[in-house]
Amino acid sequence: MTRLKDWAVAGLALLVGKLAASSRTEETEERIVPAGAPDRRAETWVLALLALATLGAAGFIVVYALEDVPHKTQLLGATLGLSLAFLAAGCILVGARLVVTEQLEEPYPEPTANESDQDAVAEIVRESGSRITRRRLLTLGGVAAGGTLGLALITPALSLGPLLDTEALTDTPWRPGRRLVDEANRQLRADEIEENTFYTAFPEGASEETLGAPLIVVRLSPDQLDLPKGRDGWAPEGILAYSKICTHAGCAISLYRKPTFPEVQPGPAFVCPCHYSTFDPATGGTVLFGPAGRPLPQLPLEIESGVLRAAGNFSGPVGPSWWGVRMKKAGTS
Amino acid sequence: MIRGAVRFLDERSGGAPLLRKALRYLFPDHWSFLLGEVALYCFLVLVATGVYLTLFFEPSTAQTVYHGSYTPLQGVRMTEAYRSAVDISFEVKAGLLIRQTHHWAADVFVVAIVLHLLRVFFTGAYRKPRDLTYLIGVTMLVLVLLEGYLGYSLVDDLLSGMGLAIGYGVALSVPFVGANVASLIWGGQFPGSADFWSRMYIAHVLILPVLIATLLALHLLLVAARHHTQFRGPRRTERTIVGVPAFPGQAPRSIGLALAVAAVLVLLGGLAQINPIWLWGPYHVGAATNGAQPDWYLGWLIGGLRLVPGWDFVVGHYTLVPNPFWGGVLFPAAVFGFLYLWPWLERRQTGNYGFANLLERPRDRPWQTAIGVAVLSFVFIVFVAGSADRVDVLFGISYSTQIWVYRVLAFVVPPLALLLTHRICHELVATDRVEHVRKAAEAESSSHV
Repeated sequence: MTRLKDWAVAGLALLVGKLAASSRTEETEERIVPAGAPDRRAETWVLALLALATLGAAGFIVVYALEDVPHKTQLLGATLGLSLAFLAAGCILVGARLVVTEQLEEPYPEPTANESDQDAVAEIVRESGSRITRRRLLTLGGVAAGGTLGLALITPALSLGPLLDTEALTDTPWRPGRRLVDEANRQLRADEIEENTFYTAFPEGASEETLGAPLIVVRLSPDQLDLPKGRDGWAPEGILAYSKICTHAGCAISLYRKPTFPEVQPGPAFVCPCHYSTFDPATGGTVLFGPAGRPLPQLPLEIESGVLRAAGNFSGPVGPSWWGVRMKKAGTS
Repeated sequence: MIRGAVRFLDERSGGAPLLRKALRYLFPDHWSFLLGEVALYCFLVLVATGVYLTLFFEPSTAQTVYHGSYTPLQGVRMTEAYRSAVDISFEVKAGLLIRQTHHWAADVFVVAIVLHLLRVFFTGAYRKPRDLTYLIGVTMLVLVLLEGYLGYSLVDDLLSGMGLAIGYGVALSVPFVGANVASLIWGGQFPGSADFWSRMYIAHVLILPVLIATLLALHLLLVAARHHTQFRGPRRTERTIVGVPAFPGQAPRSIGLALAVAAVLVLLGGLAQINPIWLWGPYHVGAATNGAQPDWYLGWLIGGLRLVPGWDFVVGHYTLVPNPFWGGVLFPAAVFGFLYLWPWLERRQTGNYGFANLLERPRDRPWQTAIGVAVLSFVFIVFVAGSADRVDVLFGISYSTQIWVYRVLAFVVPPLALLLTHRICHELVATDRVEHVRKAAEAESSSHV
């Protein structure tokens, strides 16, 4: 035990001596960082801030560990956030009061300082190729090999999806005879369809999660209808079905404007909530307002023993438009 | 002990000279130089919170039924992606705090980047020898916008699905190749193959962050290589930089700022609700909600998509350019094209091909400032137009009236802003001159007394 004490005393003496020696040399030598007066008040403040940061962090751990704390997310955010904020304040105080913030000056790097190195680099490259006689041919060969290899390397990316075959873009699950069902998979009956509201319908026995699936169904009085030529009988009893997907950017149309006083107000219309393209159900889905550039595709309907079903496919491709879209027809997947 | 640690490192790396230089690297003082730093610290918070979120998030469109603790969604059919995002919010301890902090950090990140860009633009900090640094910065902004978009698309709530549908529409609208590119990316018709979620996920958590981090490192390296710019001031010249050394002067300030940014983001994440995904419900192709607004930094694109009248470019019956191209591709391409080309345009126009280390006050470069303000006003009007539907709901001003007003303003305001800004710059400079003369006269008269 006494030996240990002796060692400790000896070690301490050595350390003190070393510290004293090093502090002496510091005083005699020229400093890099200028000296400044101590600021004990600022140190006290920093200590206080550090203590608060510690408390905040500890508080976070406690709140995390406790079960059934009300407003847990808020408390977690407050404790951790305040802890960080106190630590930030401490750091800024250290920067402002406890270290020297001397303004130094030095020359900017000269942007043209390395001209001889620039020359040398160019020369090394130039001279390295001086043994080569058929330079252009070799360059061409190199470009061909490199370019083709590059192409080969990105070819597997084609596995991502069909690049050239874009026919699937026109696919819809609708075909003659396919019945309309609602969200709960119940068949849609013609006598359930009322005016002044809209219904969302899906193809029976097919996925709802394709662009071609969802329909928006409304009833107008037959004398309101002014459908394009060739759509006779597409709207039995004035019941109309259109693709629910906006032809502008593919959002689902979820607003139905119906006039409360038809004499002076504009007629019924479908409105897309994304960019407010507005379509006229009475005239075959023509665009009334907004950015859409193509009418909403209409689905011909028929009524078979009271149940609504498709009499064919859409009048055009569903969803957002692409190059040449108007020449395409809706196809059956 | 410090000496020993330095020796240990230097003997094994030879890094002492570099370290010594780094410690004495000079930071000229100006508050606006901190904007870039704020962006950097947001990025660090995003990486930290993002890594945590990946530990719980499941990027899968496999169907499941919700049986968690949030009753309104009980028994609702949804994807694993949405289910795991709701679980992060309600089942994972501190999960909601981290998720909201991540979202806030993304929003503040873009604010900081845009303000930093404006500072660099209007003070001429992008000029040679820092034009490359600037171009890397603009590229990072493009990547960050894409990264943010993918981030909130991954969650697969109703809003994210609507955002993706619009993205699909915009991709499809690109002339000639749009249909091919969209079917390649989505693996077919929207909503695409199940693999699409893996693609978005790896892009969001690995590819884009790594790209951004690499460009960030390059950006900082180039800044350090040519040193910071500085505003005019005593002893400050094109050849001499005056500033506070990195250590000990700047370090505590920067660390303090980093902690302060983290503090603000965590406080926001804990106390200010953002994107309550459980309210929107899961996305279905046939579902949409009214009043949907994207994160703020995509507001200019939704405004662009809404303002363009219903023009498809059609020849006969052949659609060449569908409408979303104008607002969704051409508009942002024009804005970023302007940003990319600006240093060269300015150089050609002014004939000033020299190097510049001193920043200018915006008033001292009236044309540059005026052009910048004009472009900014255009983007800002389109941005505001993106919230016309909210204004309709809140203040009852008809949506279609507003759209027409914005369409006119978008073309009237920028030229007016150009002329007005130019005028203001001139007046400010003239005032400076008067002040200068007055001070000189005062000095003279007092010396006579």
